[in-house]
Amino acid sequence: MTTSDSLAIRVQHVSKQFRLGARLNKYPTLRESLASGAARLARRLAPSGDTDPDEAARLLRALDDVSFDVRAGETLGIIGSNGAGKSTLLKVLAQVTEPTTGRVELRGRLGSLLEVGTGFHQELTGRENIFLNGAILGMRHSEILRRFDEIVAFSEVERFIDTPVKFYSSGMYLRLAFAVAAHLEPEILLVDEVLAVGDAAFQQKCMGKMSDVARHGRTILFVSHNLIAMEGLCDRVIWMRAGRLVEDGPARAVVASYLRSVATTQTERQWTDPATAPGNEHARMHAVRVRPEHGKAGDAISVETPFVIEFEYWRADASARLVPTLHLYNQQGATVFNVGPVQQSAWRERPDGPTFIRDVCHVPGSLLNDGLHRVSFALIEKQEVVFWLDDAVTFDVLDDVERRGSWYGKWEGAVRPRLDWHTETIIESGS
Amino acid sequence: MSLEAPVTVIEPSKGWVSLRLGAVWRFRELLYFLIWRDVKVRYKQTLLGAAWAILQPLLTMVVFSIFFGKLARMPSDGVPYPLFAYVALVPWTFFANGLTLSSNSLVSNQTLLRKVYFPRLVIPVSAVASGLLDFAIAFVVLLGLAARYGVTPTAHLLWLPVLVLLALVTALGVGLWFAALNVLYRDIQYIVPFLVQVWLYATPIVYPSSLVPERWRTLYALNPMVGVVEGFRWTLLGTGTAPGPMILVSALAALAMLIGGLFFFRRMEKSFSDVV
Repeated sequence: MTTSDSLAIRVQHVSKQFRLGARLNKYPTLRESLASGAARLARRLAPSGDTDPDEAARLLRALDDVSFDVRAGETLGIIGSNGAGKSTLLKVLAQVTEPTTGRVELRGRLGSLLEVGTGFHQELTGRENIFLNGAILGMRHSEILRRFDEIVAFSEVERFIDTPVKFYSSGMYLRLAFAVAAHLEPEILLVDEVLAVGDAAFQQKCMGKMSDVARHGRTILFVSHNLIAMEGLCDRVIWMRAGRLVEDGPARAVVASYLRSVATTQTERQWTDPATAPGNEHARMHAVRVRPEHGKAGDAISVETPFVIEFEYWRADASARLVPTLHLYNQQGATVFNVGPVQQSAWRERPDGPTFIRDVCHVPGSLLNDGLHRVSFALIEKQEVVFWLDDAVTFDVLDDVERRGSWYGKWEGAVRPRLDWHTETIIESGS
Repeated sequence: MSLEAPVTVIEPSKGWVSLRLGAVWRFRELLYFLIWRDVKVRYKQTLLGAAWAILQPLLTMVVFSIFFGKLARMPSDGVPYPLFAYVALVPWTFFANGLTLSSNSLVSNQTLLRKVYFPRLVIPVSAVASGLLDFAIAFVVLLGLAARYGVTPTAHLLWLPVLVLLALVTALGVGLWFAALNVLYRDIQYIVPFLVQVWLYATPIVYPSSLVPERWRTLYALNPMVGVVEGFRWTLLGTGTAPGPMILVSALAALAMLIGGLFFFRRMEKSFSDVV
């Protein structure tokens, strides 16, 4: 039974400011504080009228007038790029950090999976850590005792429960940590990016546990970059950018508009004035774009979409043979490939002389993995780089729902090709 | 189920905030587990484990006995010098370790501060209290040593819990200030060992308090550890006088430190997770 019209969370005009100086220089020394204190005193004694402009510039608004309500039993997702304020918001709700202004009301016990395994101690055994971690998360001793067997079974580390966790593999460690947190039974659960934990089977269990919690009328706030999981789990999603709430609505609609916004970043660049365009005595850029094979720059590219990368430039040198090449890097900065058209005879027949040129590179679908990719462009003459343009375009390859299967985590690897599989029976069973 | 659920209101705290000791009480199980963790980890991680609880005051006593007792011929109110020094070193070691551990407690538990909510006061309190087991072990040795020198404890021993509490309050009172300041200024880490060293000589451990001129005694007793050490010597060895005005001054000084420390700590508490 859910009390669907009662509120579980009410967030009213919450803002959170950080002083950038204090964050960057993590540990101010006493000497510095005494010096700045003296400076403050001097300013107070001789007021110059205005407040210090530097001071205002150093303030970072991690949350900026955020308001929303969450009904009891609702599963709310929070999306946004890094630094949008999602984690700060959860920290305010978890009372880890105080809001600068505003007010939050929480109805019921709040549990958080802000970081699983908080307070785990390497020297203590699995058993001891369950009790310690449970106490840290706010569980009563009797409650932990009652659920102890269940926690151990869920974590699948029965055999090592009396071994210090420093001997655990990272997978075992995370499973145990998640198991404790998952059995907390709060009325409001905060989840931040924990679904990437463990192997596929364990992920399935975690997702099952979360939907289970949701079905029992609990309220869940879920922060993740995994938009697929977000759409599957959440009734409603809020999208944050630069500390502000951009959109609040049904999961599918908000995720779609978020995707549209991130997909249009830097997929096309044009330089109308040759004087300011990047270039040198060999060549001068006019435009760079990345677009689906049958679309225009800015259209979404998923792992399945064949797409093209186009470079338009003026070639200055009449006699030179300039060979274009491109580097494609993934989000982790690894080079996925470095290609040029040298092997193709068709390209060898291109005209000589000063010309306005468009080089197009066709990339097939089902090649790249999902995520952000960067392209660098280079012109090579006799094995020497004569022109180089870093970060010519940046584009996002979106995940594809159909190809996920039951896997909610990220597929690993720089590429994600669609390869043929088949199965042969070598020996009939029973023969 | 959520109809009668408790409502939590989160708002920025302003000015001098209330101590919210009730919240600490609600988290007493966490306090117990943190003490248990500190004790367990300390004994697991060190080779000699619990033996350190005995060795630390015992070896200091041997060194003091050689240099102050034998070479400098320090008066010891007619008590054998080793016993005279050890009686003082047992509560002193508890105090010094408690002060050091609590001063560093917030910094060494920073992952907890950044991730989970609980009254932060639990951390320095558990750091001081985790020394109680070490104290108990060292105290058993003290009784053995006293027996060897033919000193039998009297009914005065009943005062002992009060004296231990006074040492605990003092360590916590000062520790709270340093723990909070340590989050902001890591200089504290270097100040504390130095302070402990100076404090040792400001307390009648190697010398009897009877060396201090009569008219300075009250001022001297503003150091709460003077009251603690004098009290220990009186309850166990029967030296000096019964806890009179001196211990009253010490107790009041310790209480003032604790109350000041509590308010200061609470005021600083909201910024811990942002700065640590």
